[in-house]
Amino acid sequence: MTAATVTQASAGSRGDQPPVPDGAITVTVKIMRFNPELDSEPRWESFGVPALPTDRVLNLLHYVKWYLDGTLTFRRSCAHGICGSDAMQINGVNRLACKVLVKDLMAGGGKHTTITVAPIKGLPVNKDLLVDMEPFMEAFRAVKPFLITYGNEPTRERIQSATDRERFDDTTKCILCACCTTSCPVFWNEGSYFGPAAIVNAHRFIFDSRDEGSQERLDILNDAEGVWRCRTTFNCTDACPRGIQVTKAIQEVKRALLFRR
Amino acid sequence: MQFHKYDVVIVGAGGAGMRAALAAATEAGHAPRTAVLTKLYPTRSHTGAAQGGMCAALANVEEDNWEWHTFDTIKGGDYLVDQDAAEIMAKEAIDAVLDLEKMGLPFNRTPEGRIDQRRFGGHTRNHGEAAVRRACYAADRTGHMILQTLYQNCVKHGIEFFNEYYVLDICLTETENGPVCTGAVAYELATGELHVFQAKAVVFATGGFGKVFKTTSNAHTLTGDGMGIIFRKGLPLEDMEFYQFHPTGLAGLGILLTEGARGEGAILRNASGERFMERYAPTIKDLAPRDIVARSMALEVLEGRGAGPNKDYVLLDCTHLGAEVLETKLPDITEFARTYLAVDPVKEPVPVYPTAHYAMGGIPTNIHGEVLRDNDNVVPGLYAAGECACVSVHGANRLGTNSLLDINVFGRRAGLAAAAYAANHELLDLPEEPTTKVADQVALLLSDHGKERVADIRTELQATMDANASVYRTEETLKQALHDVQALKDRYAHISVQDKGKRFNTDLLEAVELGFLLELAEVLVTGALERKESRGGHAREDYPSRDDTNYMRHSMFYKQGDGLKSEIRLDYKPVTFTRYKPMERKY
Repeated sequence: MTAATVTQASAGSRGDQPPVPDGAITVTVKIMRFNPELDSEPRWESFGVPALPTDRVLNLLHYVKWYLDGTLTFRRSCAHGICGSDAMQINGVNRLACKVLVKDLMAGGGKHTTITVAPIKGLPVNKDLLVDMEPFMEAFRAVKPFLITYGNEPTRERIQSATDRERFDDTTKCILCACCTTSCPVFWNEGSYFGPAAIVNAHRFIFDSRDEGSQERLDILNDAEGVWRCRTTFNCTDACPRGIQVTKAIQEVKRALLFRR
Repeated sequence: MQFHKYDVVIVGAGGAGMRAALAAATEAGHAPRTAVLTKLYPTRSHTGAAQGGMCAALANVEEDNWEWHTFDTIKGGDYLVDQDAAEIMAKEAIDAVLDLEKMGLPFNRTPEGRIDQRRFGGHTRNHGEAAVRRACYAADRTGHMILQTLYQNCVKHGIEFFNEYYVLDICLTETENGPVCTGAVAYELATGELHVFQAKAVVFATGGFGKVFKTTSNAHTLTGDGMGIIFRKGLPLEDMEFYQFHPTGLAGLGILLTEGARGEGAILRNASGERFMERYAPTIKDLAPRDIVARSMALEVLEGRGAGPNKDYVLLDCTHLGAEVLETKLPDITEFARTYLAVDPVKEPVPVYPTAHYAMGGIPTNIHGEVLRDNDNVVPGLYAAGECACVSVHGANRLGTNSLLDINVFGRRAGLAAAAYAANHELLDLPEEPTTKVADQVALLLSDHGKERVADIRTELQATMDANASVYRTEETLKQALHDVQALKDRYAHISVQDKGKRFNTDLLEAVELGFLLELAEVLVTGALERKESRGGHAREDYPSRDDTNYMRHSMFYKQGDGLKSEIRLDYKPVTFTRYKPMERKY
């Protein structure tokens, strides 16, 4: 990696900066940059950004893009943790940029705050913080992530008890952000591993009382690239912005494989 | 330039787009070659942010029927609803919900194992007697579950997606019977390359344009692209002055807190703790339709009864619901309040204020999703559904949950109609040089022709729209907004895009999006100025009453000329009535 450069707010390349709000402090946002059109390898670049404690990290990235360097590239959409677009490594851990507030990253004791932002790991980087999601989505699609039923459909809804519905509630929360899969050391080393997110989505159907495709799905997950690769490091559970008990879900799928008829 | 041929091309992969794709692929009786183009990834669309529910008169927990739902929708829309369309929506709502359940959607369940239902604003028993349990829901992530379920079924049926393909134009081929839609032109974000998709039918499902406002529940990507493209083609937009402000946005941020919270019993209070909705809507109180609740909140603040250090918000009190209801039925909004405002709804009331939420207007269509080119004629081959469209089932004010319903009912209808059209028609020749306009637009934006920043213009646009065209409007504020928007359009001519590259150029994307926002803001404000009455979501302080004599009619906006700055021609379209006569709207 090449040496870091610092772009200060006062010396931005996009003209005058907007007024700094009361109570803002200047933090350094250190971003891993990579544009294969221009760079032979990733490099770090730092920006001085005025930030309020209540700002989301996404606000700081927008500040850089809108006022300092328009070439900074990342995905984002809903900005409140629902769409799953802006997964990235923030201070070394996988988070959604729209769900991390500056106040939770502040250096103590009046020291200067530096926030480090890098792309999620294990997927090819297309540009700056934007990665190729296709390998991730491919693993998702491979586990048959849809309700499988046989026989005639009922005229009304299928009956499902509240308890049966509750059984898979946790794994219905997944937003496919890839925070879990790209925090998994097994996935980093062996990209062919389905990864936690795909298993979470398999779990969502395996434990749905309406589903009749569990055996097909379990066969897929029994594969060499399937659940047995998981080494229960719990990185995925820590990384999930939706609070899904990812490792537990993987363990439940393993158990279903062990005890299936 | 790359070239593709399909039977059906769907633009947008939110709820309406994917429902249309599934209808075309699985219900049409033949399988047209279908492609879905989205500027995002499929599960990133803002359908996923919808929370509270989807209404259908299933009558699973109490007596209900679709006629009551029709009436509520029409009354909720302040009688600007086309009543034939509302009837279809309420009737087909039941199958729409059951279809989703069969596709796998994990609805919350009653003790008997049926789909559970809860109360929602403006949905009532027997024409307004009391609130009714009509909203089918999956905790407070119903939209998330709809989006995931539809995508899962698209995977199941092998629907072809073109992700991060940004459609910037449609192809209209002139025939002796007028223009026919023959395709779409897309900019591939990964490469900067242009793609022409020749198609027999094109379905627009591109969502709303909430980003004209600063305080909004909408995603950054909701910039009205589809409506803007249609408008620039000289085709009309309908009822654009009607924009919904959702009562309960997190104060200062605009993040949505579902009406389902009030459906579960939460109460709005002013600074002194008074349940102020009792004064404005004595029968259904906090469950009055959104326009009424939003205006009541704004009045409380205007009259000095707001809460907080600046008295600029009111409070959503959920504390009496108990931790269990909040954690099981409203977990996401509980977390939003904790994360973004550091307020725990279990223990203290949440600061809320109206947030720009939903466009009632849009691309006019008939009940088959066919896009109108004027009051009487359609553009063959062109369809629209969801928030970008105006059928019109929402009239002057949409009821809560009816958008999730709209995307499923009319997304499906548009997909079926497009598939049927494709089956019976040949591919027509594209117009000559279909990419020229888009190529020129991109080249101009990337050229050095000024120093104006996208962020500055967008910030000023959003500021003037919030200040001058939101919950309450007057001649004076609207004239100010119009003046501001037009001045910003002048500045847009000198916009600078810093990223000149071809690879994932989101800097360019934001500049294009801003152009659409400016266009639509001007239409909204123009319509609001011309409509000298108050109806539904459009509240004029200087004309506080509804005026059925002069304004019981849809507005139709046509762009005159090619440049960003151009005249808007305003025309009118009659409202369709079936059996409901306009009445005074009381709750």
